[in-house]
Amino acid sequence: MVEKITKSLALELYKKMVLCRKFEEKVVELVNKNEIYGTTHEYIGEEAVAVGVCSALRNNDLITSTHRGHGHIISKGGDIKYMFAELLGRSNGYNKGKGGSMHIADPDVGVLGANGIVGAGVPIAVGAALTIKIKKMDNVVISFFGDGASNQGVVHEAMNMASIWDLPVIFVCENNQYAVSTSVKYSLKIENISERSKAYGFEGKTINGMDVLEVYNNTKEIVNKVRSENKPFLLECKTYRYSGHFTAEKILNLNYRTEDEINYYKSKCPILTFSTKILNDGICTKKELDDIDNLVINQIDEAVDFARKSKLPEPSDALKDMYATEYTGIPQKGWI
Amino acid sequence: MRSIYYLKAISEALLNEMKINPDVIVIGEDVRYSLRGITKGFIDIFGPDRVIDTPISEAGLTGVGTGAALTGLRPVLEFQICEFIFFAFDQLVDQAQKLRYMSGGKLKAPVTYLISSSGARGGMAGQHSDNPYPYLLHSGMKTVMPSTPYDAKGLLVSAIRDDDPVAVFLPVNSLGTKGDVPEEQYTIPLGKGEIKKEGKDITVVATGHLVKIALEAAEDLKSSGISVEVYDPRTLLPLDKELLFKSVKKTGRVVIFDDSNWTCGFAAEISAIIAEECFTYLKSPIRRVTRADVPIPFNAQMESFVLPDKEKLIRAILKNF
Repeated sequence: MVEKITKSLALELYKKMVLCRKFEEKVVELVNKNEIYGTTHEYIGEEAVAVGVCSALRNNDLITSTHRGHGHIISKGGDIKYMFAELLGRSNGYNKGKGGSMHIADPDVGVLGANGIVGAGVPIAVGAALTIKIKKMDNVVISFFGDGASNQGVVHEAMNMASIWDLPVIFVCENNQYAVSTSVKYSLKIENISERSKAYGFEGKTINGMDVLEVYNNTKEIVNKVRSENKPFLLECKTYRYSGHFTAEKILNLNYRTEDEINYYKSKCPILTFSTKILNDGICTKKELDDIDNLVINQIDEAVDFARKSKLPEPSDALKDMYATEYTGIPQKGWI
Repeated sequence: MRSIYYLKAISEALLNEMKINPDVIVIGEDVRYSLRGITKGFIDIFGPDRVIDTPISEAGLTGVGTGAALTGLRPVLEFQICEFIFFAFDQLVDQAQKLRYMSGGKLKAPVTYLISSSGARGGMAGQHSDNPYPYLLHSGMKTVMPSTPYDAKGLLVSAIRDDDPVAVFLPVNSLGTKGDVPEEQYTIPLGKGEIKKEGKDITVVATGHLVKIALEAAEDLKSSGISVEVYDPRTLLPLDKELLFKSVKKTGRVVIFDDSNWTCGFAAEISAIIAEECFTYLKSPIRRVTRADVPIPFNAQMESFVLPDKEKLIRAILKNF
């Protein structure tokens, strides 16, 4: 939708998307090798949304994320060394190995937390936007949520409050078309979730979430609007997740999507389509992209290496960080 | 010293904190016109940015409080009816309360939940008469239940200044009581209980509005030659175990007098820790006087039947001798 894109922007968007993709591929490998405890929810296929949105933000803009949050955190400037350290349960991980995949938070880069409860981050984003309004700051809040979350009551409450209070928050709906196994064709009677914005009294728009430039340009425009007008906005990005809801979903044989459908969206891969476009437009060379791929792979290997070499927490660290004050809830006997 | 109503003490604590600290804001339903009077007139002093009425959205407003707290404000959320916390349960126990821990200490949510009428006020039946603090205690939330106007003011100030979420339960039957309260702002640290009356024969652990009733019972029992000590934890979590154990070890007998449910209630927990820590000092079994495990019935006689009161407490005390 935009005529010209600078080379540096093109390479930046490409690099971030590859980083998100390769990060998740490594995560799958480590989950399958049991190096990552538990399971994670991979972002593969949806990279254009997080990268497009977050690249249009300032460092002091804030986001709330979801259970499928790795891509958001990477795109917002999270350091993959500390992300891997967290996923490997290390004491120098983002959250000292206490949060894991679903709870990564780093206020230093504006990440108010991934969230294991669908929709729960949305009112938290509205609260952060309230602070911005009261303290008369000029940053904005992005609340990422999915098509599943769009049907949670608390999301409705949050959008209504953001509207009546004129808060600088952008609700970014990543419509990947499935809430675990439930298709939006079943769970929604309307075509576009963005239509709901009308009911709250603010604007909404549905865009192609597989096109990073479309996401970036729209976000840029919306952020400017929200910053100057202090009105919320609902941006729906239609996208698709290539993997299951969580890492090991395949073994459950749920079969709620056809191979044809998955393959169709794989042909629309946001990284592939973008790299093809910038190559065809002569914005960069194949070698430049290959160099980025290699750089990212090295960066990931180094980060994993860093995480593996990092110290594990003491088991009794489990009783720390409970309160700002000394924890008095420790059972008197049996633990320490 | 002047004597003021409990409700006035709460209002004054909040008003002064808002004057001292511009980050303190109030969010809730009907806080402009102030249903209970705690924030009456605040809108004229602080304006709509700091006295924020919300739509009927308890879960949403609780999340908003968390988000505001994570980003530098100190919101005080008023829940007019204590059952509203059930609507907000995920936002309370799964979000606000867990965020510090799950983030390894990176996030802090200094938010105060002012539950401005807890318990049975008479005739409000099943959904307006609960005392739901055990749910929050179970989740590890700092929880305060002041029994006097003096405690109410000092504890609310501490709750607002604390860097963690703190639930402040105001017993509905205490709101209209009066007591001495200094005009200046002061704090009572969280986690410090108080012996409201010294005695040597039996400890009554009493909470909220039942503290006053326990003191009356202690007075009544003087003629029977029983000297009752009344321990008021004031903060239910963190609990002042030291003072509790000291009292129980001294008297060797204990009745827990609490207006939450029997099963897994506050009295159950107190009873368990006394059994663990003071067993050899006990001269008689630990006894509990709580409400019955049924919703509060509408009919007045049925309502009194299921609630803890002075007669039930005295019966339980006398069983120990």
